[in-house]
Amino acid sequence: MGLFSIFIGAALVNNYVLSRFLGICPFLGVSTKVATSLGMGIAVTFVMTLASIITHLVQVAVLENFGIEYLQTIAFILIIAALVQFVEMFLKKSSPSLYEALGVYLPLITTNCAVLGLAIINVTEGFGIIETIVNSLGAAIGFTIAIVLFAGIRERLETADVPEPLKGFPIALITAGLMSIAFLGFAGLAL
Amino acid sequence: MNYVKIFRNGLIDENPTFVQLLGMCPTLAVTTSAINGIGMGVATTVVLIGSNLAISSLRKVIPDKIRIPAFVVIIATFVTIIDMFMNAYAYDLYKALGLFIPLIVVNCLILGRAEAYASKNAVLPSMVDGVGMGLGFTLALTLLGSVREILGAGSIFGFHLFGEAFKPALVMILPPGAFIILGLLIAGINVISRKKTV
Repeated sequence: MGLFSIFIGAALVNNYVLSRFLGICPFLGVSTKVATSLGMGIAVTFVMTLASIITHLVQVAVLENFGIEYLQTIAFILIIAALVQFVEMFLKKSSPSLYEALGVYLPLITTNCAVLGLAIINVTEGFGIIETIVNSLGAAIGFTIAIVLFAGIRERLETADVPEPLKGFPIALITAGLMSIAFLGFAGLAL
Repeated sequence: MNYVKIFRNGLIDENPTFVQLLGMCPTLAVTTSAINGIGMGVATTVVLIGSNLAISSLRKVIPDKIRIPAFVVIIATFVTIIDMFMNAYAYDLYKALGLFIPLIVVNCLILGRAEAYASKNAVLPSMVDGVGMGLGFTLALTLLGSVREILGAGSIFGFHLFGEAFKPALVMILPPGAFIILGLLIAGINVISRKKTV
């Protein structure tokens, strides 16, 4: 499989949010404004790419080396949690403006299942380091596309006349469902 | 007694899926059939009871500042146990749930209960809370899985309900169906609960 098709596959065909259901919590939680969801998307892109590189190295160098693959879940979640902490501290020192912009989203990323899910998928697919990076970038960009588009729709929904019981969460879910139908169209891409 | 109230709270009043909207990823992803819904629900319940038990008994030992990493490690331990257990004894279900078993770690329902309940309460109430919340989650997943299976495959728990002439709506077991059915279920519950309060 070529790198390009891995990228498109992760970003559009198997979109992590709309067809794999990873990262639904931030997708529904932080998507009320386009600007904030773009911030979340960038923060996720950053952490996802870093996390999958590090988890890949740990998987190969430590877990497989010593035959302790069963500790994968514990090891990966600790790496992600620690990484998010480090990124937060690093940004605070080195780039306060970026920290200002991403700060509030960073702690939320630890419990974003897309990050852990992606790390595990990279291992189970048997990707090498280059493929891992490409796949992570694709997944993260797919996440960003989905959350920004969704936020755009929700901004319009604010003023729409929605039946009382459907207000809030139910209509957001149905909107996501319709978006998901649209993304199913990408399944027809021949890669 | 009080325990009945804690239990009822998790099962109905503060149902994790329909009222608190926690743990959405597995809820949407694995409910392509009723049996998968039950399997995921039970696995999550076991982890939740275990983590609530461990965290509430260690709540005076864990320093406040590092409580979240400590909770995550405890939860990850129970998830690893259930992962290996299902691999050994329920292989079909293990295959069907796949990636979402290790992802129980990041189910916000479990960390949420650890933070909001188990870290502040005694062992026994915490376990009851775990059972209540877990069963509430299982109930929601089974309901969603059943609806999707009936509409999308024309069967429930693998038994075919309709004759050959029934054309199932495949979209219901594809990803979009999950979002739409859950949205409609929550809307339905909103209608019912509003009637009760008025």
